[in-house]
This record gives sequence, C-alpha cells and structure tokens, in this order.
Amino acid sequence: MVNRGAGIVGRLRVAALQRKLLRECWHLKGQMLSIALVVATGIMTVITMRGSYESLIEAQQRYYNDMRFADVWSSLRRAPDSLRPQIQAIPGVALADTRVSFLATLDLEGLDAPAQGRFVSLPERSRPVLNDILITRGRYVDAATPDEVIISEKFANARGLNPGDSLRAIINGRARDLDIVGIAISPEHSYSVPPGSLLPEDDRYGVLWMSVRALGPAYDMDGAFNEVFVKLAPGTNERAVISRLNDVLEPYGGYGAYARRDQPSHMMLQGELDQNRVMGTAMPAIFLGVAVFLLHLVLGRLITTQRGEIAVLKAFGYRDAEVGRHFLMFALVAVLAGALIGTLGGVLLGRGYIGMYRQYFDLPGLQYRLSPGLLVMALAVSLAGAVSGALGAVRKAVRLPPAEAMRPEPPARFRPGLLERLGVGRLLPASGRMILRNVERKPVQAFFSSLGVAFSVAILIIGLFMFDGVNHLIDLQFRKIQREDISVSFLQNVSASAHYDLGRLQGVTRVETYRSAPVRLRHGHWSRETVIQGMERDGVLRRIVTVDGVVHPLPAEGVILSQVLARRLQVKTGDWLIAEMLEGRRQSERVRVAGVVEDFLGVTAYMDLEALHRLTGEYDVISGAYLSVQADERSGLYRELKQVPAVAGVASPASMLESFERELARNIFISVGFLVGFASVIAVGVIYNGARIALSERGRELASLRVMGFHRREVATLLLGEQAVVTLIAIPLGWLIGYGLAYLMVESLQTDTFRIPYVIAARTYWVAALITVAAAVASAFVVRRRLDSLDLISVLKTRE
Amino acid sequence: MAVTTQTDRDDSAKAVLRASQLSKYYEMGEVKVHALKNVDLSLYEGELLVLLGASGSGKSTLLNILGGLDVASSGSLFYGDQELSTATASELTQYRRDHVGFVFQFYNLISSLTARENVSLVTDIAADPMKPEEALALVGLESRLDHFPAQLSGGEQQRVAIARAIAKRPRILLCDEPTGALDASTGRLVLSVLNQVNRETGTTMAIITHNAAIGRIGDTVLRMSSGEIVERSRNDVREDVEHIEW
Repeated sequence: MVNRGAGIVGRLRVAALQRKLLRECWHLKGQMLSIALVVATGIMTVITMRGSYESLIEAQQRYYNDMRFADVWSSLRRAPDSLRPQIQAIPGVALADTRVSFLATLDLEGLDAPAQGRFVSLPERSRPVLNDILITRGRYVDAATPDEVIISEKFANARGLNPGDSLRAIINGRARDLDIVGIAISPEHSYSVPPGSLLPEDDRYGVLWMSVRALGPAYDMDGAFNEVFVKLAPGTNERAVISRLNDVLEPYGGYGAYARRDQPSHMMLQGELDQNRVMGTAMPAIFLGVAVFLLHLVLGRLITTQRGEIAVLKAFGYRDAEVGRHFLMFALVAVLAGALIGTLGGVLLGRGYIGMYRQYFDLPGLQYRLSPGLLVMALAVSLAGAVSGALGAVRKAVRLPPAEAMRPEPPARFRPGLLERLGVGRLLPASGRMILRNVERKPVQAFFSSLGVAFSVAILIIGLFMFDGVNHLIDLQFRKIQREDISVSFLQNVSASAHYDLGRLQGVTRVETYRSAPVRLRHGHWSRETVIQGMERDGVLRRIVTVDGVVHPLPAEGVILSQVLARRLQVKTGDWLIAEMLEGRRQSERVRVAGVVEDFLGVTAYMDLEALHRLTGEYDVISGAYLSVQADERSGLYRELKQVPAVAGVASPASMLESFERELARNIFISVGFLVGFASVIAVGVIYNGARIALSERGRELASLRVMGFHRREVATLLLGEQAVVTLIAIPLGWLIGYGLAYLMVESLQTDTFRIPYVIAARTYWVAALITVAAAVASAFVVRRRLDSLDLISVLKTRE
Repeated sequence: MAVTTQTDRDDSAKAVLRASQLSKYYEMGEVKVHALKNVDLSLYEGELLVLLGASGSGKSTLLNILGGLDVASSGSLFYGDQELSTATASELTQYRRDHVGFVFQFYNLISSLTARENVSLVTDIAADPMKPEEALALVGLESRLDHFPAQLSGGEQQRVAIARAIAKRPRILLCDEPTGALDASTGRLVLSVLNQVNRETGTTMAIITHNAAIGRIGDTVLRMSSGEIVERSRNDVREDVEHIEW
C-alpha cells in the first residue's frame, strides 16, 4: 500500500519535473538553440566529412577492384611483347599487363587553342587484364575496324561528343578521323589533369582508347609496348618488385617503376580523402569543445538562478540524483536537438559534397551513404561532451545543502584586477572599470569565451588562406614562371636545330628550347625517379622562381633541386648525387647539388641545358620549346603546329589559367559560404550566451542605472562592453591559432605533385576578424533588444 | 541638532511636481487591477513628503510614476511646465537623468565598483555634479571611498546609495523604503542623512515607507490605501530623527 503510494507520487513527481524542464527549455530557447546549433555543426561536420570519406573510400575500393587497378606502374621506351612472361615471372607479381600509350594533338572543331589526347591501347581480344575501363555509353571497340575509339566521359561531356560522332587527331604526324563508338571511365583517369597543368581541363584534354591493332602500328609499336603494370600477390614486398621490375625494364628504356600511391589520379583522390579525414576529426573537435564550454556556462548560471527552487525540491524530499538528473536533462535536450539538426543537415550537405566530388572524380556508384555506426559514434561523442560540460554545474546543484540554497547567493566579491594594479584602470571611466572588473573576476570564463570566438576566426583563416596560397601560386606560376605564350613538346627528343625551324614560324618572336631527361637520382640508399629539366641559362620565358617570387639563377654546372626532392634524397647544397639517366645512353654520372629551391609543383631538378647535355653525353637533343608569339598570329600557329608530325602537344598557359580561375571562383563561393556559416555559429553561440548570462547576472544593476537616468545605449555599452573585450582578445588569439593550424594543414597536405604555399594575405586576417565581429555584433543586437524591454520596476523591488 | 519649525505653508510656494487625477490600472489576465485611483498631489520645492501605506496600497506605483519610471493610465503629471504624462520613454530617461535621484530598499549598488566609483558613475553623466568625494563626505563616508559594496555594511551601502543619488544635485529625491532592509539604529542613521540632505541642499524629497513612525520627520504625510490617498496631514514641527522609535 505504502509502496504503491510512493510509486504514484514518484510518477507524478517525474511528470512535474519534466514539465519544469520543458517550460524552462522554452524560456531559455535562444540559449538552448544556440548551443544546439553548435552541437549540430559539430555533428554536421562529422556526418558530412567522415560520411563522405567513408562513401568515397567504399566507392574507390569497389571501383579499383572491379577495374583491376594495378599496384605498380612503369613506362618505358619500347619493349617487345615477348618480355611479358619475364615480368609475370617476377616473384610477388600476381598479374601483369602491358599496353601502348601516347600523347597526341587533337584537332577539335571550334577550338583554335591546342587540345591534347592521351591515346591508350586496348587488347585485341577480351578486356585488359589490369586497368580495365568501364563503358558508360556505346560499346567496346571492334579490333577489325581500326578507326574506332572510346573516349573519356568528362571529355565527351565537355565537348558534347557522343557515340556516332567523329573526331580528328594527329597521330604520329598523320591526321586521322576517328569514329567514337563508346564513352568510358577508368580509375587511372578519375581525376584527369593534362601534362603540365594543375587542374582538369576537360574541354581540351581527353583520354582515347583504341585497339592495339590500330594504335600499335601507328606508333611503330607493333608487337611491342611502352607501359606495364602489375598486380601484387597478397603480402608481397612492393619495393622488391619495383626494384626487380626496374632491372627487367632497364635494357628497354624503363623510366622507373612506381607504386600506386604515386599514380597521379589516385594521389589526387587520396589527398582529398586524407583532407576529409583530417577535417572530419578536427572540425567536430572544435565545435564539440565549444559546446561543452557553453553548456557548462549556461547550466552553471541556470543553477545559480534556481538556488531557491533547488532548495524547495530538496526540502520536499527529492533525492540528489533526481535533482542532478533534472539539470543534466537540459544538456541532453540541447544535444538531441543539435543531433537532429546536425544529422539532417549533415546528410543534405554530404549529398551536395559528394555531388561536387562527382564532378572531379568519376567513381561509379558514388553516392552519399550515412552508416549507422558513424551516426552512433557522432551521437555518443556529443553526448559524452555535453555530459562532461554539464557535470561541473550539476554537481554544484547536487551538493548545495537545502538550508544554504534557501538563502540568496552571497554578493560577488570584486577587487581591482592586475591591469588596474598596473595603473591602467586610472585611465578608464567608472563604466570602463566595471567592464574590466567583470572580465577580470572570471578570467577562466573570459579566456574560454575568447578561445571559442578565436576558433571562429581561426576556422575562417584556415578556410580562406587556401585561396591566398592558390592565388600566390597562380601569380608565380603564370606570371613569373610560365611566361611563354605556347609550349611545344615533341613526341621524341629531336635535334636542337628544331630551334631554328620553330623560330621561322609565322608570329613567333622568341624560342627557348628545353630538354626533359628522365633520371633516377641516388644519394646513399635514398633514390627517386624524376626528370631533370634542362633550360637555357639566359632564358626569360621559363625561370626558376622560389616561393617568395625571387628568380633563382641557373648555375653553369650542377643541379638545382626542389626542396621536397632534396628532403627525400636527404641532400643539401654542395652534396653530390648519382644521376642514372633513364633514356638515351643511360649513363650514370656524379652531379653536384648547386642549390635547393622551395617550389610548389612536382619534384623537379633543374639544370643548364648545356650542362645536362654533358651529363647525358648527348649534345644535339631537345624535348620541346617555349615560344613567344604575337597575339594575332596564335590561332594560325596552332593550326600549323597541329600539322607538324613531331609535335606531341601544344599547351598554352593562358588557357590553363582561364580554366583554373573559373574553377577557383566557384570553389571560393561554396567554401566561403560554409565557412562563414560555421564560424558564425561559434561566434554567435559564445557571444549570445555570454551576453545573456551577463544580463541575467547583472539585470538588477543595469535596471538601477536605467532608473538613475542612463539611456538604453549607455546601459547596453556596459553590458556588451564585456563581450566586446572578449571579441577583441579573441581576434589576435584567433589569428595566432589560424596561423598555426594553417601551417599544420600545409604540412599535412603536402604531396609530391602539389604543395599549397604557406601564404596568408593580410586581407584574410581582416576578413576573418570582420566576419567574426559581424556575427558577434548580430548576437549582441539580439541581446540588446532584450535589454530594452528590461522591467525597471520589478527588478528594483526584489532582491535576486 | 536644531529643530525645524515650519508654520503654515505658503500655498503660492512653487510646486515641483503637480499630479491631478492620476490613475493606474493593470490588466492581469481578465482582471483589471486598480493600483492608483484619481490621485491629486503637489510636491513643493524643498518639501519632505512621507508616503505611508501597507504593501499593495499603491504608494510604490505613485512613486514610480512621479519618478518617470512608469506612466499613469489617466490623469496628468507636470514637472514644472513639462508634462510627464505624455512624455516618451527617452524624454522620461532624460528627466530622471537630469532631475531625479533614487534611493532603493536594497541599495542597488554596482558590485564591481567601489563607493567612489558608484558615485562617479552618476557624476560622469550629470551636468553640474558634486565631486564624488564631496557627496560621500556628506553622508559621512569619507573614509570608505575605495571600498567595494561587499566590504560595506548595509547602512554604509545605503549611504553610498544616497550619495550616489544626491551627487548630481537632483531637484527631487525619491526614496523607496530606504530603511526597509536595515535594523532600527542603522535605519535612523540613514534617515538623519536624508533629513540633513533635505535641509542643507533644499532637495525636494519623497520617502515611501510602511513605517508610520517615520511620518513624523516629514513636512507632509500622505496615507494611502487601495490606491487612494485616504489621509493628508501636515506636521507643524518636523520631529528630530533621533526621537523616533520603532
């Protein structure tokens, strides 16, 4: 009987407490919402970034498996098909495949600017053993019909080409009309960047697959190949296979084998995935950290204002655990609301995000999928964070003895802080001192508030500085390094006399030749395949330019290494390297490191052209040339060069720059939008809650001032001045954090092909500060409206 | 302390505040509460008015309206020639800022400011203020200038509040239960300070209290009940604060 009664009372009690919870959550809706939004953003970043990461990884793995994506790659000059069993016999090789691949000029209708195609052979019968293609439209080529071609999907889309259309290419110097029979994608070309460019140029670069029966003879590769790949048996030592493969290919002009991780398309995709993984961990950590702090702040204040109510609850016999649970529920409500918003937003954003990836990487079947595991993890982490944030405050409520809780909290004790003891206070009016002392009285809270807002500044900096870096890079690459109008590359090395032939072409005002010599550089047990770029020493069209924009002179002797390469080889200026040439006579020579430059693209070695000739023992060879061309003669020159048999490709920095800037503008727009949103959520969360709490703590004081004749604006200054101080401290702190995080990001995102310059423009700092200040002002404005409706009379009649 | 004797008031003496037919009602849900009913009142230059009444009698409502914190539902209120009953919120703020001083039951000092700074907060925005030190000396706190509210007793805090209220030389000083939170002897000390300010500075003063004994220190005593003035009396002789017991 007694038990049943207690049970009913218990149930009623819970119901009443829950009603209190709901009403007070509603009363605190602004603060609860701002915390929920911070939590939501944290969860959203997890769900978007990690979710996209998981979706991309899954699609990548499936695609690689289905297409039998190779593990080790090498190109070479030419080897007979009869070498293939020997490759297959290398221990650890599970499968091997070979093919013919060349770069050729495409003659595209309606495009004067040069276009290039990567021609890749397909086996006569059945499909490639490795690196297969996925036909999305049309059909496979018929070996009996030599002019049939399959083209890459992005190229097809960019040029509006379909099966049934035809296309003209200059193959080995002969113009050929090819019939498009199919459209395909391949993991090798998920991210397809033309040689020498930074970003995809889908309207002027495509991959074209043809039967080996048609392509082989066209390039004098009948019964031969110039590319080889292998799939490793499980548990194989990759380095051993690479080394053996290099030995086997050595007599056939092997350019050095490399692992999948160095395959350009894979590397780009992997870089993006790594970035997602890093951001998917760092961003949620920042947001959840801020949420923990805010929950602590808001619940702490709630418990202070409810001392009397806690006393009454305890006096009526509520247990400590029940009171504690009641206040903990506030945190849970905020987190659950945040989780709901964050999950919905995260899934939507993740879909958009994956949609963006689809434009860059064709991964079949790529779609955003939210795994239940990820959702559970995000929820668990947020809940744990919220509980830890609430715990301190809740403990305070639980520990409060009922009799003490009945009495009002003792008045806050103030004393002049450090700044005032140093004499700064004397310079301030009484209102200024009031602000200063409120900040100094709770230094930990002020510090964390500033830290929170600082992260908002930092998030903006790490987002925006990327564009500074890229802008800097564009400026260097296209205005200081690539100063030619057109660069011409030859199919094979040609005689240096081509210099004069090019100079005689209509409109050409300057010619500088270059030679790209594939090489394996060795230093101790470190080695690396790369290309030595031989350049004319007095050249003006291409120069070595450091990150600072300083032109690095080319010495008469020795090799200049890009910093990444020097680091890989563990060398510094003055050290000696062994250069094993990978073409021509393939001789090995010692070469001195004449300098190290910090650059952004590739791992290159530069040398004076004459010195390179001496190093290789071949004097009359060049690989290509840089040309200055009169503007009105460019189209004519393009047309003429398209007809020259030896020309493999013609590239124009201007067209590269154009597509680059187009991409960039779009990316800036999207990223900045999200960043501003994310950063504002933090700034608003911290400033709004800070001001609301200050208003609740000091409402009486402020009302008294209003009664004494202070205008609303003056009272608002006193209240919001504290938040202004927090924001002002936050800005330099945020700059510092942003500076540090940007550095870490540059370091972690460094790859062999591409390095983001660590450049942060002054404008970025100011924009980041300005956006944060705007968010802070907006939240202050909302609180000010509350201040305006302060009830002057009721606040004076009662003690807190 | 000298005993002030005030004989028949010269009715032509200047009224600082003139209220006629002031009424105030609040809508509390569906109930209409009449807090003030047709109150006529004049507050004269230099006068010390005591408003007596039980809680809920309407005295605070009247004080709030006189102080420009609230506006009447009907009737008129003039400060000199300025009509306060139709003033905007901003005009009322300016009125309080320039002409009215307030002393509250719970002092309402700014806890983060010292005694001197609490006073200078007001002198900073006043046209012709006293020096904060001078105002604090007037209430006998010249030795407690740099103490924070938490370091002062209740009576001291209330005297700081009085100093803060008078430092801008207001024409009217409104005190809402100024001794309500104090024990009798501290309360007497605070009242004698108010009395002294009234005599020395000629500030017009209204004190509201539920303590009938305090009525004896005023020139005029109004007793309120249910929102109406039910009794008006005038003291020919203002009693010395020290002689009041409660």
